[in-house]
Formats: sequence, C-alpha cells, structure tokens
Amino acid sequence: MTAQPTTAPAKPKRLTGGWRLERGSAPWWLRGLIPVLAILITFVLTAALLSLVAANPFQAFYGMLIEPLSAPVSALEVLVQATPLLLTGGAVLFAFRGGYYNIGAEGQLYAGALAAAWIGQLPLAHSLPAPLVLGLMLLGSFAAGMLWALLPALLRTRWKVDEVVTTLLLNAVMLYLISAILQGPWLDPVTFWPQSPRIAPAAQYPVLVTDSRVHLGLLVGLAVLAVLGWVIARTPFGLRLRAVGLNARAAGFMGVNVGRTVLIAALVSGGIAGLAGMGEVAGIHHRLLQDISNNFGYSGIVVATLGALNPLGAGLAALFIALIEVGGQSVSQQMGIPTFLADVVQATLLLSTLGLLLLSGYRLRRKNP
Amino acid sequence: MRGITKRFGALVADDGVDLDLHAGEVHALLGENGAGKSTLMKILYGRYQADAGEIQLDGKLARLASPADAIAHGIGMVSQHFTLIRTLSVAENVVLGMPSGLRFSQAAAEQAVAATAQRYNFNIDPAAVVRHLSVGEQQRVEIIKALHRNARVLILDEPTAVLTPQESAALFAAVRGLVAHGLAVVLISHKLAEVLSVSDRVTVLRDGRVVGQLETKAATQADLARLMVGRETFGVVRSGAAPQAAAPVLEISDLWAAADKGNDALRGLSLSAQAGEILAVAGVAGNGQSELAQVLQGLRQPTRGQVLVKRQSLAGRSPAEILMLGVGQIPEDRLAAVVGELSVADNLVLPYLAEFTRQGQLDRPAIRAHAAQLIQEYQIKAAPGDRAQTLSGGNLQKIILARSLHRDPALVVAMNPTRGLDIGATDYVRSRLLEQRARGAAVLLIADDLDEILALADRIAVIYEGQIVGVLPAAEATPERLGLMMAGSALFAEGVQSRRDAAQLNAPTSSAEPVLFRDNPL
Repeated sequence: MTAQPTTAPAKPKRLTGGWRLERGSAPWWLRGLIPVLAILITFVLTAALLSLVAANPFQAFYGMLIEPLSAPVSALEVLVQATPLLLTGGAVLFAFRGGYYNIGAEGQLYAGALAAAWIGQLPLAHSLPAPLVLGLMLLGSFAAGMLWALLPALLRTRWKVDEVVTTLLLNAVMLYLISAILQGPWLDPVTFWPQSPRIAPAAQYPVLVTDSRVHLGLLVGLAVLAVLGWVIARTPFGLRLRAVGLNARAAGFMGVNVGRTVLIAALVSGGIAGLAGMGEVAGIHHRLLQDISNNFGYSGIVVATLGALNPLGAGLAALFIALIEVGGQSVSQQMGIPTFLADVVQATLLLSTLGLLLLSGYRLRRKNP
Repeated sequence: MRGITKRFGALVADDGVDLDLHAGEVHALLGENGAGKSTLMKILYGRYQADAGEIQLDGKLARLASPADAIAHGIGMVSQHFTLIRTLSVAENVVLGMPSGLRFSQAAAEQAVAATAQRYNFNIDPAAVVRHLSVGEQQRVEIIKALHRNARVLILDEPTAVLTPQESAALFAAVRGLVAHGLAVVLISHKLAEVLSVSDRVTVLRDGRVVGQLETKAATQADLARLMVGRETFGVVRSGAAPQAAAPVLEISDLWAAADKGNDALRGLSLSAQAGEILAVAGVAGNGQSELAQVLQGLRQPTRGQVLVKRQSLAGRSPAEILMLGVGQIPEDRLAAVVGELSVADNLVLPYLAEFTRQGQLDRPAIRAHAAQLIQEYQIKAAPGDRAQTLSGGNLQKIILARSLHRDPALVVAMNPTRGLDIGATDYVRSRLLEQRARGAAVLLIADDLDEILALADRIAVIYEGQIVGVLPAAEATPERLGLMMAGSALFAEGVQSRRDAAQLNAPTSSAEPVLFRDNPL
C-alpha cells in the first residue's frame, strides 16, 4: 500500500527511440540554411529522375543553375522572367501575412492585364504623353486586380467563406472571360487571331537594357517589394496585419479590426497581382493574349512561400525560380530532357522547402534517462 | 492507483494520488477545474504517463503506455468530446478499430453490437447513423463502444455537462445497471447533487491531492463543498471596506446572449459594480461566465439587454472602442490575448498603435521605451525584443496586466486571472487587482476559484445557468453557502450547518493541507 515512485515509465519503442520531437523554434542561422538545404535535397531527389532519362545530373544542374548566368543574353532573360514573379510573389505574401490565403493571383493578374490592354488601346493613349498613359494603366490594372479580389475577400470577412476555394475558382472564371473577350469583341478582324488590338507606343514600358526584353516592369516589381517590406515591418498597419495573421483571436481581443485588416490585405494583394498582368502587356506582348501568363499567379505562391513570406526573400526566390525556368528551357533544348524538368525541380524544391520550414519548428531532444 | 504524480512543466497536476476502485461501485471523482481529476483518469486510460506512482489491476502491476493498452486491460473512457464518426452507423462506430479479418460484415457487426447493448439493457438501434442521434444517444454509443471491448472499468468524464436533466437521469439509471453487472464506474464531476445521487464513494481532489475519501451515504453537499474548495488563503487579501454608495461603473440589466452552439448562455443576467469595489462572479464553469466576459470585451453581441460602462452603452462597440472607454481586460485564455510570435514590446502597444505612430511609421524608439518602462514597473522577466511565446505563464500574465492596467481603466474585467500561475505570480496578480480597487476602479472578477473570490471580493454574485442567483456581501459568504448556490440550490443556501457537519468527516486533518500564509507583499 505504500507509494512506490517509479521513474520514466514505459519508454516509447517507436521511431523516436531515445529521442523525442519537441516544439521549439530553430536558431536564425539554421533558418538561413533552409534554402541551401532545400536545393541540396532537391538535387538528390531529382538526380535519380535525370539519370532515368540518361542525362548527367551534374551537367543538368549546371546547365540549369549556373550556365544561364554566364551569358548576358540568358542572364537578362532571367530578369524578364522574374519580373511578373516579383509582383505575384509580393501579392501572395502580403495576403498570406494576414492569414488570407489568396490563391487567385492568376485571375487577378489577368484582370490587370485586361485593364492595361484596354486603356493602352484607347484613342487617348495615342495622344497623351507616355508617363500619363502608364500612370493611368498602373491605376487601372491595380483597380482591376482589386475588383477581382473583392468578392472572395468580402465573402471571407463577412461570412467566413473559405477564400482558398473562392479565389481559386475565380481564376478559371477569369480565363473564360478573357477567352470570351478575345474571341468576341477583340478578335483580330484581319488575322482572326484571338488577340487584342496593339497598345499605343506611349502605353508600352520602356526597355531598360538595349537589345533585351528587360523592361520598366522590373523596377516596378522591385519598388513594390520594397514598399511591402516597409509596410510590413515599419507601419502600424503592417504590425496589425502580422498580428492578425499570427493569431487573429488575440489581435481581435487587442482591438485590431480583424475583418478590415484582412479585407485591405486581400484587396492590395489583388491590386499588386494586377500590376503583374500590366507588366506582361506593357512590357512584353504589347497586347492581351490568352496565354499571357505562364502560371505566374501560381508561381507567386511558390515564390512567397520559398521567400518565407518576406519581401526580400521573395525577391530572391523570384530570381531563383526564373533562373530554373530559363535554365530548364535551355537544358531541355541542349540535352534533350523533357521540358517539364523545370516544373519537376520547382515542385520538388517547394515541397522540400515547406518540409524544412515545418521541421524547423521542432527540436530533436534526447529523452531524459 | 498508488502515489500517482504528474507534472506539466512547473505545474503539478497530480501529487501522490492514491485511488482504489472496487468492482460494482460508482466512484465519484470530485474537484474544481484544475484539481487533477481528468489528468488522473487520463493516466489510468494510458493517454498520459505518470511521472511517479504505479497502477495495479487485480493486484498485478499494469503498464498502460497507450489507450490501446488500457483498453486491452479492460479500461474504457468516455470523454466530454465524443470520438464518433458522424457519418457511420452505430455498429460501425463501435467495432471500428477492433481487430477483425479482411472482410467486414455489416450484419455481423450489428448483431454483435446489439448483443452487447442487450446484455447491459441499452436501448439503441445499431443500424442508426450517428449523425441522426441526440447527444445523449451518442454518449450511449460511446459507452457501448467501451463495453463492447469488455471494459471492466468505465471512466465518465463530466458526462452530464452536455446532457439535459432528463438525459442525465437516464444516464445514471444506465450507470447503476452497469454497476449491477459488476463494473467499476468512475464519475468525474464537480456537480455535488449528481455525485450524491449516483455514487457509492467519493474521492475529493484539490490541487492534485486527495483531500477526502468518503462513503457517499455519510456525506452531505456541505461536506463536499467544503472539501472541494478548501480553505487555503494566499497572503494577499482584501482589507478595508469598499466605499458606501459609490458611483456605479458597470450596470448590466437583463442581458441575454447566445453561446457558440446557439443556445442561450446568458439568460437575463443583471449585475452592477461600483467604483472602488471588487465584485466577484462565482460559479461552476460553463454557466455563462465566458460569454459574459466576451460580451464585455465586445467579442460577442448580446441578443437582448443592456450593458452600461460609466453610463455609456457597449452596444455596437468594437473591442477597440470598449478599450478606449476605459475597460481593462484580463481574459481567461492568455494565448488569446497575446500574439506569441510577436515581441513583448509589440504586444504591449498593439491596442494603442495610433499613439506610437510618427509620420505613418511605427515609432520604434518610443515603443521600446514604453516596453522598458512597463517591464520595470510590472517586474516582467523579459527584454522588449523577446518573443512573447518564450515567456512563462506568470510573465505573460504580467504583460496583459501591464497593458490593460497602466492606463488606469475605470473597469477591470478579470476572468480566472491566476489560473495556472504559481503562488508568487498569483500573489502578484491579486495585489495588482487590489491596487486597482484602492485606486477607485471597479473590478469584475469572474472566477471558478472560491479561495480567490473569498480573498479578494467585496461582494460575490453567484452565476447559475446564465443568471445571477444571488449576491452576497463578503462577510456573509462561506464556501459552503457559495458551493450550494453554485450547484443551483440557492433556495437552501440559508440552512447550512456547516461546522457541525464538517467535524464528522473522516477527511484528512487540516495539517495535511499546504500552509500558504505568507508575508503580505503589499
């Protein structure tokens, strides 16, 4: 009948053995290593795939990650590819920071592209000076992106409708809308191509580097990321946004208007995605096309996540994704590897980064004997 | 169970608890929230591992490393939150997770479950889909689930919390039937009346220790109430009388509000607190206290009635506006008041960001200085830049205190402000609340802990099923009287002869109780 204290009852015999997973954040230097580790893991995982198609994985990775940077032409092309990703990445990270999972950047991008193409072909675009026309297009595409983001944002903040579903579904709606416009009123009367009228010269982004496609949109993207960084870190709204994203209940308790904060974040996110659409119209194609976006809206999610929802990180991630994109294309041409290689690498990279981010929230501890 | 001890960090949930269960008895485990009842039973059910102590079944040492082990040893548990799959049938739910062959036969399962139900006189349709069953019926399915696994010990964790009185009566009839079949049933509860009506023996836990074990026949509600709430006093107690007839700061009249599930949690509650007093709201958890606090925070809209603070209505005001009206809030759940991933400094200024903004930017130096000042003033053991989640519960609570009290609010709403804190932090929080009272604030203390209420409150309002069933001046309040009122027997609260009854108890003597008189830090 006496109390018999026994120590450490029944050690778990499962995977953990003498170790135990505990919650706890990783030191900053380990967090900094996450992208490097993710690349290494991606290499290991995709090397086998590359070997399957009889390619030398080292050569392939060299061609994909290093070679594009060795020649000015391809290096500049990386910047071109990165331009829309800077903006969609920024759009996604801003919303995600507030706990609003905007998967609709693709649709919002097309809304912005539509507005930019419409303003750019108006008669007044041929008569007004270029800065004014571009200013109007920036405003118009931002407003169009916001408008396309408005409905899911209201549904979420008013009636708690899951924005992941609504924003995602609206992407398809927007694609059909664009298709209808291009097949209908904007169908080219001469060639019968589904493409909008060409925008006025004043409505085109100036090229930054001669004999390349690098355009003013790159600077717009960098500027937007810089502004986002400032807003998130330095302004009252940014602090409220972070509080809402991290713990909406506590933020609401502390008097933060959660609904309004989320609404603003969602609309700004849509507007920024709209600017990405304008960039493709004003900087590259100079008209609206059905496939103006190479899934930039979805890649923006990868960029934002890879950049750990940090504008600086997203900037680097955008450049990196663009590098893989350009490198993947050239490698597939040179080595005869299927073109979806870049997609596979990109997806593997995202998954390993997400896995590492998750694991960095835990610590492995030896159990006390 | 012998000498069971379980710690969670610095908190000792169970401290050397001994418990004997006999076949054929209903054994009630009585205690306040946090007394260690559920933890003890989760250890028996293999969900937690005890840090010390042992469990014997039929005289043999048993190692219960998981609920699967416990089930194999004939222990079943029905928790407050059911673990049923709503789209499956009763029979499917019951046999789910049990060893079976590759083929599953619906008919065989239904037959087997029907046989089990029959044996114990349970009336249930094995083919019914769980989604269509009432809460009481779902609970019966949970019980059958345990019986079907040949449970000899059945643990019911506050089973009546979710039931109507009629369903409760049916449950207790069923429980008596199980006992007649030779099972041992553990009933975790803090409702005195049901413990007295259904159990054979009662073990009372307080602060993780057994403070009494008695035959139900020999017990009265007053005995149990006294044992349950105890008599410990912390060093910090109220002194001096509250001012007579001061201005009312908080006036609540006929307040109705719905709970999350849609039922009325507050049903015509009226209350008034004046400047310079601590008004406590005492009650068993779940009688509308959380909803009352949420209405005062602006996080829940009342369906009817009026709340005035300094004669201004709270109707339609946001949490931010209520804050600016001069209402300081110390909430029940600290993690719902602090963003753990943000810094201490950020958490201290979040409600007042407008004052820490210069030219559209956060005024970082001012935010840091503000944090440094409050950290010093409230003795918070942290640096301004530390993330809040790295702080201990006591320091977290000090952040909340600092944030809500340093602006001298007219009304302080504190809900269980010392729950989970150690004695030092508890004393600190209490002295800060008394400071607010001395300054002339009205303090509304909503607490489950009667010791705390008796130590601090000038007046005590007892809440029961969303209404105030009585308000006592502190001088007239005793744990027995409050305990009876909290249990819903307001009408009989007058006639308690507590001292004489208490003397007859075969409970541990008062020397076994921890002595907590300490130097008064005030």
